[in-house]
Order: sequence, then C-alpha cells, then structure tokens
Amino acid sequence: MTGQLDTSLSPKAIRSAAVMAENIRYRVFEHVMANNGGYLSQACSAAELLATLYTVANLAPLDSPKVPEPFKQVPGKNAVYLNGGDFHGEMGPDRDRIVVSPAHYALVVYAALIETGRLEASALEQFNKDGSTVEMIGAEHSPGFESTTGSLAQALSTAGGIALGRRLKGETGQVYVFMSDGEFQEGQTWEALQALAFHNLDNVRVIVDVNKGQCDGPMSEVMNIEPLSLRIRAFGCSVDSVPGHDISTLATALTRRTGKPHFVLAYTDPVRGVPVLNERSPNLHYLRFTGEEERQRYADAFAQMEDSR
Amino acid sequence: MSARSLSPEIVIRPHVENFINWSADKPEVLVLTADLTNSCEVGKWRETYPDRYFSMGMAEQNMMGFAAGLAREGFEPWLHTFSVFLYRRPLDQLQMSVAYPNLKVRLVGFLPGIATPGGVTHQSIDDIAIMRVIPNMTVLEVGDATEVESILDVAHAIDGPVYLRMLRGEVPRLFDTPMEFNKARVLTCAGEDINEPADIVIVTSGICTEEAMRAVPAIVDRGLKVTHLHVSTLKPFSDPTVTAALASARKGVITMENHLVTGGLGSAVAEVMAENAMAVPLSRIGLNDTYAHGASLPYLLKEYQLDARALVDRAETLTGSSLSIPDSDLAQIRVAALHSEAKAEAL
Repeated sequence: MTGQLDTSLSPKAIRSAAVMAENIRYRVFEHVMANNGGYLSQACSAAELLATLYTVANLAPLDSPKVPEPFKQVPGKNAVYLNGGDFHGEMGPDRDRIVVSPAHYALVVYAALIETGRLEASALEQFNKDGSTVEMIGAEHSPGFESTTGSLAQALSTAGGIALGRRLKGETGQVYVFMSDGEFQEGQTWEALQALAFHNLDNVRVIVDVNKGQCDGPMSEVMNIEPLSLRIRAFGCSVDSVPGHDISTLATALTRRTGKPHFVLAYTDPVRGVPVLNERSPNLHYLRFTGEEERQRYADAFAQMEDSR
Repeated sequence: MSARSLSPEIVIRPHVENFINWSADKPEVLVLTADLTNSCEVGKWRETYPDRYFSMGMAEQNMMGFAAGLAREGFEPWLHTFSVFLYRRPLDQLQMSVAYPNLKVRLVGFLPGIATPGGVTHQSIDDIAIMRVIPNMTVLEVGDATEVESILDVAHAIDGPVYLRMLRGEVPRLFDTPMEFNKARVLTCAGEDINEPADIVIVTSGICTEEAMRAVPAIVDRGLKVTHLHVSTLKPFSDPTVTAALASARKGVITMENHLVTGGLGSAVAEVMAENAMAVPLSRIGLNDTYAHGASLPYLLKEYQLDARALVDRAETLTGSSLSIPDSDLAQIRVAALHSEAKAEAL
C-alpha cells in the first residue's frame, strides 16, 4: 500500500520500485552518454531512494504523463507561471507533498517522474535546452520542483512552513523532503531543524542522500558533517540510518511514525550500477569526459548495462 | 559596407596561473572557498599553496566571519565562489563583520549576471546594486582577460573590502593595457578629445563591452558621432573622464550592463548626470525588473535584449534615425561549447 504510515512494502511493490530504480539509472546514463556528460553519480546514489519515495508517497495520479511546457516567464504580477509541483498531481488534504532540495539532481528527478508515469519520456530531449523548463538546475517551473532550491539548503525551511500551514489547516498529508548530505554544511539547515523540532512538525519526513561527496571532493576533506545522526538527534528530531539501496528498509524507515520530525539518512554508493565511475572517485560531482578514450570506456559500460536489462 | 569581425584572442582560464604567480610574493594572501574551488579556478592554487588555502564547506555566512577574523589578524583573504553566494545569503555577515570594520577582504565572484546556464539561483543580476550601496565597499568588474589578470593589483591596493566581478573559462582579450582604479577606458572617441561633442555616449561594463564593440563601428559608419567608454570601477564612480564624456553627449547617453538596470552602471551614470545637470536623455540597457532563467548566454543576451543588436536599436530610438544596420555588420557572436574544456566544472 502507498500513502500509509508505519507500512512495509509488499514483495511486489519492492520489485516494482527496484525496476524503477534501475530504469532511473539507465535513463540518466543514456542521457549523459548522448550529451557528453552530466550529473551521473547522483543517479547512481539516489535511484532507489527516489524510487522508494515516489512509491510510498501518496500523490494524486495523473491521467497521462505530462509534457513540460516551454519556459514562458518568471513569477510576477499577472504572470502565467507553471509550477513544477503540478507533476506531483492534484494537491489534497490527505495527499503527501514531495519537496526536492538539491536542484542539481534535476536530471535524476526528471527520470524518476518518467518512471512513475508523470512526465513524458521525450522531456529529457529538452534538458538544458534554450527556452525549456526542463532545466539543468531545476527551478520551480521545472518538472517535480515545487520551490526554487538551487541555492542549497533552503527547501527544508520552506517545507517546514508548508508543514506548519498544513497542520493549521488540519491536513493529514505528509511533507516529504529530499535532501543531499552537503546541505548539512549550511547553517540554515540547522536553523530549520531547530524550528521543526520546536514546533513539533512530525509531518515532515526528510530523506537524505548521504553519498559523502560534494563538488570539491569527499565531504570529509571539504567540511566534515559526521556524526550526522547524533547531531540531528541532538536537535530534537528522530533519525534512521539505513543502507541507501535497500528499498524495503528505506520504505519502512520513511514511513515510521516517531512523533517527531523524522530524518532518514540513506547511506549510498555514488558509483552504484556504474562501477567505471570509480576511476574518477572521489571527484564524482559532474562527469565530463576528458577525452575519447574515457568516453569509450563509459560507452562500453553503458552497453553492458543495456545488455543486462 | 563590409562585414566586420571582432575576433579577439580567447584566453583559456586566465585566472588560474596568473593568480598563482601573483600570490607568490604575498604570503598574507589566503584563499577561502565554499565547495566551488575548481569551479572558481583555484584548484591549482590550492595545490600550489596548500597552507594558505582553507576549505570552508558550503557555509557562506560562516566563511564571511572567518574572513573577517583573518583580516583582523593581518591576512588578506580572497574568497572565491559564485557571485550570488557572496552577497545573497551572507549579506548581514558581509555588512557587519566585513564592511563596517572596513576589512581587507577580497570577494571574488564568478558567473556574473546571466553568464550561466544555472538559472535564477546562479544568476547574480543584482550584485552590483547591492554591493554599491554598502559603505566602505569597492566594486570592480572585469570585461576581458587582461582585466582578469590586472584586477588583482587594483584590488590588493585598496584599504577595505573589495568585490571583484570576475570571468572564468574562455575569456576574450580585448585590451592590451592593465585595468586602472576608477579610470574608464575610452574605446571610441567622437572627436580629438573626450570633451568634443558626441551624438551619443555609450558606457558599458563587463561582458556587455564586447557586445557593444560589435555594434559601435557599424553605428559610427552610419555617420553618428559616438564616444564609447568601458567602466571597470563601479564604486567609487567619480572618474573625471566619465563625467566629461557624459557632458559631451548631444542626443543622449546609453548604458549597457549584464545586470538589472536598477542600481548598477545605469543608475551610477544617472546619478552623475543628475548631479551635474546634464539635460540629455539616458537610455539604460539591462534586465528590466525581472529575474531570468537557465539557458545559454547568447540566447539570454538576445531574449533580454542585452546584445549588439539591442544597442543599435537603442541608438536608433535615441537619435530618431534609422541606421539600417544588417546583422552581417555586427561582428559574429562567439559561442562557447557547453562542455568546453575551459569550463572547470559544472555548477
């Protein structure tokens, strides 16, 4: 069952989410090969995480996958502005919300939307194209993005406000937030945690891709954030630390009722499914081929992934 | 009329080696970054001077405070990150910890204005406006590779905080003399000297100067007397050459900047014109009370009318004459490949 707290997924649902995760990885890899680079490691780490999130969250179904509209204008007075949250279906008091914080995961989010039948597959052809809303760094007109979060560590606070507002309105739906671990370096994240705990916002459920990497390299060498679970707990929230590719465990942790704002730290493998990426470890933030030779090695790896499907 | 071409030398990552060499005899110079080290072309600097490099993580408010403390101890911290992250989130810390005590902190901001496909969160379209109103702050902006190189000396000599609006990656070399503090470059002069009357005076900054340089020769060809200045010091804005040039304008003044028209170069020029009772129209090219979105630079320059064509259109409006300049007379626009080798890293 989806949309229930304290739930465990059926073997069938787990299998379905696993397929979804593999497809997310495949789709992103395919896109990266066709475009000579991109955010590949983020798909490796977050595929199961997003597949599970979209499986457990209670989102209104869409009649058919949506085709993203071209970019029209930025928000403003009398502006016609399309919100990326539309791809999550019609909102309702008992519906859940998904707020995506790390906007550079946009490609992975788009792939997840395609796999859940919310976004037309051809949308990826518009990725990072002039005049398109399918932006490289998602803004709130981009599919799946309710808020503009490319300046990192701002979404959790906004989600806190959404959760508070929903509680004031008596709504029962949860507010899921997808975050990256690097965002725990920003002070605002901790201001958000203290406010979530202070206002007892137990309708906020955060899932974090702990891939231990950031743009400059391994987080332990850029700015350490561990022991993350102890820090979060000390701020008054509940934490589950789980292996980030285990769908069943992820689902149980994500839906666990704790009476507190709840954090799931998904410890992930940033080269999962694409072991050739190990050659670049720990500099995995963005893949740009150094030459034809490297491109070919990735092409071979992609062919291998294709064969095994 | 023959087609023109502006084909400047393209310098790849001018900041990388230049900053390393420049720092060699300045042990007080430190680098602080917030998870954008290679993206801001100081990855090699870190390897060269590991004891003078400090990773502050993605935590800009705190980085501002650390910079203040280091400056109080006699060091000269050079913060390297994207422009937006230097003044939006940490503005209070920048003002109270750095600007108020007039500390020698160098804020090196990359991806100016719409020069990034990263979209609204990465586009510093209001940085000059905000930096310009901060007391004690000096505001500099580069327009080419020579200025990327020579801005270091200019900033280093200033006793107080400096904001450097920088360029990275593939940068054209337009000028052969170094940037000078509070001194505009006269790129085109309507007469023998700056005081001689011009039909229009064009004042540009940053990457818009290259755009203007594509259009100005064609406009001059059509018989208009044009004076064109490139400005690299946006605060202070008291260069007598600029004032003299503005006073020489007979039909009007056009400013052109990779920024909102409010608070930046256009506003600075308006202030000088008003204070000196210069009674000609001012036409400001820039973003008009709007955020932008993620797309390529040529696309955005065209969409927001910040390109050479936009300047021609404004010159026509201002002078009330049709210049009939075909696109072929505006020099070719350079298009940098999305995944060009010069791009140090993604966003």
